[in-house]
Parts: sequence; structure tokens; C-alpha cells
Amino acid sequence: MKKVKSLVLAGLLAFAPALGMNGHALAQDNAVAAAPAADNAAAPAESANAAAPAAEAAPAATVAAPPRMKPTEGVGMPKPGEFTLQEQFTSTGHTARWLHDVMLLPLIFAISIFVLILMIYAMWKFRRSANPIPSKTAHNTMIEVIWTVLPVVILLVVAVPSIGLLADQYKPAPKDAVVVKVTGYQWYWGYEYPDNGIPEFVSNMLPEDKAKANGEPYLLAPDNRLVLPAGRPIKLIITGADVIHAFAVPSLWVKMDAVPGRLNEKSFTIDKPGVYYGQCSELCGARHGFMPIAIEALPPAQFDQWVLSQGGKPAGAAAAEKTADAAPAAPAADKKI
Amino acid sequence: MTTITADHHGDHAHDHHDADHKPAFFQRWFMSTNHKDIGTLYLIFAIIAGIIGGGISGLMRAELAHPGIQYLHTWAMMMDGPEATLDQAYHLWNVLITAHGLIMVFFMVMPAMIGGFGNWFVPIMIGAPDMAFPRMNNVSFWLLIPAFALLLGSTFVPGGTGNGAGTGWTVYAPLSTSGSAGPAVDMAILSLHIAGASSILGAINFITTILNMRAPGMTLHKMPLFVWSVLVTAFLLLLALPVLAAAITMLLTDRNFGTTFYDAAGGGDPELYQHLFWFFGHPEVYIMILPGFGIVSQIISTFSRKPVFGYLGMAYAMVAIGVVGFVVWAHHMFTTGMSVNVKMYFTAATMVIAVPTGIKIFSWIATIWGGSISFKTPMVWALGFIFLFTVGGVTGVVLANGGVDDVLHDTYYVVAHFHYVLSLGAVFGLFAGFYYWFPKMSGKMYNEFLGHLHFWVFFAGVNLLFFPMHFLGLSGMPRRYPDYPAAFEKWNELASHGYEIMAAGMLIFFINLIWSLAAGKKAVGNPWGEGATTLEWTLPSPPPYHQFETLPVIDDNGHH
Repeated sequence: MKKVKSLVLAGLLAFAPALGMNGHALAQDNAVAAAPAADNAAAPAESANAAAPAAEAAPAATVAAPPRMKPTEGVGMPKPGEFTLQEQFTSTGHTARWLHDVMLLPLIFAISIFVLILMIYAMWKFRRSANPIPSKTAHNTMIEVIWTVLPVVILLVVAVPSIGLLADQYKPAPKDAVVVKVTGYQWYWGYEYPDNGIPEFVSNMLPEDKAKANGEPYLLAPDNRLVLPAGRPIKLIITGADVIHAFAVPSLWVKMDAVPGRLNEKSFTIDKPGVYYGQCSELCGARHGFMPIAIEALPPAQFDQWVLSQGGKPAGAAAAEKTADAAPAAPAADKKI
Repeated sequence: MTTITADHHGDHAHDHHDADHKPAFFQRWFMSTNHKDIGTLYLIFAIIAGIIGGGISGLMRAELAHPGIQYLHTWAMMMDGPEATLDQAYHLWNVLITAHGLIMVFFMVMPAMIGGFGNWFVPIMIGAPDMAFPRMNNVSFWLLIPAFALLLGSTFVPGGTGNGAGTGWTVYAPLSTSGSAGPAVDMAILSLHIAGASSILGAINFITTILNMRAPGMTLHKMPLFVWSVLVTAFLLLLALPVLAAAITMLLTDRNFGTTFYDAAGGGDPELYQHLFWFFGHPEVYIMILPGFGIVSQIISTFSRKPVFGYLGMAYAMVAIGVVGFVVWAHHMFTTGMSVNVKMYFTAATMVIAVPTGIKIFSWIATIWGGSISFKTPMVWALGFIFLFTVGGVTGVVLANGGVDDVLHDTYYVVAHFHYVLSLGAVFGLFAGFYYWFPKMSGKMYNEFLGHLHFWVFFAGVNLLFFPMHFLGLSGMPRRYPDYPAAFEKWNELASHGYEIMAAGMLIFFINLIWSLAAGKKAVGNPWGEGATTLEWTLPSPPPYHQFETLPVIDDNGHH
């Protein structure tokens, strides 16, 4: 029943593109605003591990941002010589990885090996020197029915969890989800927290020496990370400002195109704090390979601290303000989940 | 397949003086209306395009062997002058991937499969003297030359950040509209228009020929499977290419005349382009592989000395693949933000394709089962095709799952998948067909040892080249990247070594080709013995300039 409901809701999301026009106009404005910001963006990063993004730019901030989190080697990033999917940190990721590792991978291995064994056996048994007179059998209705029906059955078995996974991925985020608007630009990302009142800041790739000095993988590490809370539902609203990009973080099972004129939505909850890297995954021009993504998932309390440090309002406070039309919110220490 | 025994009412040796009269060189090769000569022209064209397209992939594998930018900047300076910036170098990368894709699809596989083998053997296999529209056939071929020239020429004119069209072979808007200033993309689009027109003309020709010019007794259900495959392919071309033409025409007007079909700011939608492109693009992948299915069916049957198992099932499996191939296109767009119901439908529909494909794989195995198998060069290529196509097919089942595709989309897993079905599928089919029909086309036998050596070296090379890409994709390496994080180095280095081995295999192929043409043993009419039952083997090698001036009559005694 729950699934059906989520299906219906997900179906309704299809109408989201109708909002596209507004989104586009907005994105265009941002593009103009963000361009100069992009040039300065490397500057905060120079102070290396210090504060996260626009800390200096937010005069109202009285709270210090939490220190830049160190990535764990091999977590949230590819491992050298890896054979399979990255370790997953969202529930969709766990389900999907289970579907791949436990159902699909053994299945495709079995089919390939089965075909190979049949072929090798037949090639050996029926080589000309061993079998000079060929049989004339060109039909066997029974076997033809079997090799038509059996694949259908196998596919039906695969389809059940596969369709379930799709429904799961489209579960809409609850109302209290942290909302971030992600915009792809040529060639950097912009992040805006509309509900927290944090204006857009941009995220550029760190040059090789800076990434190395930071102890981060070059080509995966940007200067400003997308800071999110671990354990709280998150809703990303993803769009593109110029051409199509794709916001992808393999260890969170997230990949969504950033299309100009469309607002695509992706909801998930990150299991635990950490740094999760990703890369643009839709050809977007010359520096397509050089606009990485890093999500810094903080414990909820630290996330609220980060929001305050950016001059924003933590989640509960922002919601309270909206509903009750209340005066400026209290510090959000009570908003731990 | 029905065993076909041709009953000739005319003696070919007797016809010889008349049927073998060839026109002078210029007339013969530049104004040709002969299906065999046009087929030869297509094959030569495809080999040249293949060398260029394959050379480009060599450049890419050289650059990707290690992290960091090694050669790309130097190449950009060679192309764009000594002041070329790093951005121009990155743009050159996109030009390389675009050119590799377009060349291999439109100027190598399609001309070789349909234009080359289709032209050469469809008329002969159905017992027809030539194609239905010989002059249109000539136009089809000669349209490819300006198309190819436009594509190659686009590399030298501005296309945005640097010279050349850097949009990927998919030419997605808005990268291909507002994202690429300059004439390069216009030239590439025009190239596709012309190549598409060429293919549409070819498709009309094949459909007309196959439906109207079969010899007496050659019913549809007695046609060799290669003819079936070309018939299905021709219908796919005829229905899919006009959609591509419409899609890229709108690209042109968006680029040049201020329309906004793909621009949301003017009421259009970039996703519209993707839907139109893939409505063409997915049938296109079957256009590339179906003739390979046909070729492999002929070869497996010939060298097992057995008729193809489940002939009707095989023929209608191809029809089914063609039909279903038209309703699965959006599985290329799982991450574009489609609604969940659409994603579910395309997941399910895509998986359905595995069923007719499975029928084909198992029927090929059943064909060799109980046969009397000789492992001549075409046969080892065909057997290699069956296994490697299976490997490419099963990863397709993984990718068909919209939920799983969320992480694999646009990674090297996809690159591995489509190279297994095309580079190791379609290309193995091409080599199988080339060795199979080389004696017929040239009148010379190829060198059996070099043929086998070519197979084994190429087999080892392409597997080393493409198998590690599965691992890269699973661990998250995106496609179309000139540089990558150090963690991806191991498999990339291995893949680049695989390319070197594959290239060595290609060298063996060309040595074999030149040696055989120059000094190969003379081929008899049917070098493959009793298993080769289709009509081309009833003719001398090479066939007379005009065959079947008296139509062969197909006996009715061959039953399934």
C-alpha cells in the first residue's frame, strides 16, 4: 500500500518540469551573479583546511564553521584496482548494491559461463574429426519453448526487485528535509540553501598541489564542498545554467542530470558523516572532466553550526518562521535529530 | 535454414563472354551501377574510415594510459597552433571522442555491413542479377564521400572552445546549440544529414530488391538469414533515420535561425532532442548488429554442415528485436529526471529484448550441436562473436535496470557494454564475414594461419582493452574524461596495453589482406564444401560481372 502511494506521488513529480521556465530564468540570473564569485572561489580554499566556503563573506556569522573534514582513504571515493561498486551510504544504495551484487552479477556470470561451457563442449564433441557425419536436426519445439520461457521467468524474477528499487528511489522527501538547489555551470557547481537562507556559493576544482596539500584526491576534490547533514533527509533540486551537466556521487547512489530549464529532484539520507566524492557525468564541454563534486556529511549538530556560520538559519528555525510567521529563530542546538 | 539447391537452366561458363564484360576503369569505379563493384567500394571506404576511427581510439588510449595530461596539449598545439590553451586541449579530447563515435558508427560499421556485404551478397543470395535501383545504389555510396569529408573537415574549423565538434556522437542540445559556437557543429550535422540520406536510399533499395526480385521458388521463408537480417535492418533504417534527420534539422535551426526547439527559455526542451535522438539511436545499434547476426548464422551453418537450428525462430527473433528496439529508447535517459512510471516501463521493455536475443544465442549453439565442425578462420570469428556478444548482452540486462543504471549511466561500464556488443560483436561479425566471403569476392584464398593468428591476437587484445572497463565503470569512472583520479590508473593502463595488442592483430589482418590479394591461392566456386548451401557458392569465384542472367530456380524439396 505504501509503495502504491509513493508510486502515485512519484508520478505526480512528473509534472515538476512545468516549473521549468521559472527555474531557467533563475538559473540565468545566478549564472551572471556567480561568474565573478567563481574567480574568487579559489581564495578561501587557499586557507586550506580552515573554514568552509563563504565564511568570510558572511559578516553576520558569529559562529565558527566546523573544521574541514578529512576524507577517509577508500571511502566515498574509488579505490585503486577496485573490481566492483563503491561502498554505499544511502538506503537506496544498499538496495541497489544488493540487487547488483546478489542478483544481477551472479546471474550474468552464470549465463556467460553456461554459454561458454555449452560452446566448448559442442566444439570439442562435434569437431569434424570426431563427428564426420552431421545430424540433420533443425527443429525441436520443446527446447525452443524452454529457451524462450526460461529467460522470461528469469527476467520476471529480476524485474520484481528492480521495479521495487525504482519506486524506492522516487520516495519523495519529507517536509522537513534539508533542501539544496544544485546548479551546474560550465564548469563548476553552485549550491544554494533556500530554506536556510544561505545564498548560492560555487564549488571549483582544487588544483593538483592544493588537493595534495589537503590530503584529498586530485580531480575529485573541489574547494567548497556541498555540506549536508548525515542522518537527516535531504532533497536536492538540480538544474543546469548553460548546458546539461549531471550531478553524480557514486557512493550515495546519486546521479541526476542538471538540465537547463528543468528542476530535477533527488532525495536521499546519508547514513553517516564523511566526505563523498563525485564527478560531472554528462558531457558539458571542454572542462567536463574538471568539475568535481564533494559532499561533506556532518553530524546534525555540526551541520546546524555550519548553517549558522554561513549566516543562515538552521532547519527547524526556518520552518518555524515560515509556519508561525514568527520572529528570528533561536539557536538551533535543540534541533538535533 | 532451408537447404537451397539451385537449379540452373543456363550454363554460366557459356554466358561468360557476355556476362563478364567489364567497363573501363573510370566508368567502372566512379559511375558504377554494379552491386558487386559498389559493395567493393563500400568495403574499401569502410576500411579507410576504420583505420581513421581506430587510429583516433589509439590516441585516446595513449592519453588515458596514465593519469595527467600527457600528449593532449601537444596535439592541440599541432591542431590549433602553438598558442593552444589547456582548454583547447580538453576540447580536442571531446572532438576525438565525437569523431571516433561518428566514424565508427556511420562510416565504418554501417557501410561495411549493409553497403559492403549487403550489396555484394543480398542480390546473389536471393538469385537476383543486381539491386532494384542500380543508379540509386551508386548515389548511396557517393553521398558518403562528401559526408565523411564534412565530418573530417569540421575538425579544422572553430567549434566552441577550440576547433572541431566536441559534442559527443549524441550531439546533445544545448551543448550542440548555444554551447558550440562556430561552423564545426553545423558541418558535423550536415555530415549526418548526408550520411542519413545515403542510408535511407540504401534501405529503400534493399527493401525493394528483397521484396520484388527473389528468384522463382525463393519464398520469404526460404531466404538465407543474412538476407532476413538486411531486410529487417533496412526497415529500421527507413523508420529511424528520418527521425534523426528531423532532430538534427531542428538543431540546425536552433543554431542558426533563432528557433528554440531545444531551449527552455523559448518554450522548447533539451530533453526533446534526447527523445528524438534515441528514438533513432536505439534502433541504430540494432542496425549495426543485425547484419552481424545474419553473417554469423550463415557461417555457423556452413562450418557445422548443418542447417541453422530453428530457422523461423531465428528470422522472427530478428523481427522481434527490430520491433521492440523501437520502444525502448529512453533507457538511454534514465538519469534525465523522467517520472518513475516511465522509468519502470522502459526498464521492463528493455529487458524483453533479452528474450529474442537469447533465442538467437541458443539457436546458434544448437546449430553447432551435432554438427561436423571445422574451425576455419570465419568459424572461429563467428564462435568468438557468439561468446563475446553474450558477455556484452548480459551487461545490457544489468544496465536495463533503471535503478541500477543510476550509478552506471555515463560511466565506463556503459563504454564496456557497447564495445562488447559492437567492437567485439559487430566487428567480429565483420571479420567473420570478410574471411568467409573473401574468396568469393576476390577469387583468392586468404592465409589460414594468418587468419587464425589475427583472431587470437585480436581476441586477447580487445578483451584486455574492454573487460577492465567494467571495473572502472562500477567503481565510478565517468565517460568522456581526458584525465582521471589516480585510483583508476591500474585498469586504464591495462586497457591501453590491450589496445596495443589489438593493433598488432590489425597489422596481421592487413598483412594477410595484401598477401592474399597478391599471392593467395586461386579460390574455387565453393571453397567451404557441402555446408555452404546459399546461392553465392554456386557461382565461380569471383562471380561473373553480371550473374543470374537466367534466373536460378529454387527447388521445393528443401524443408525445415
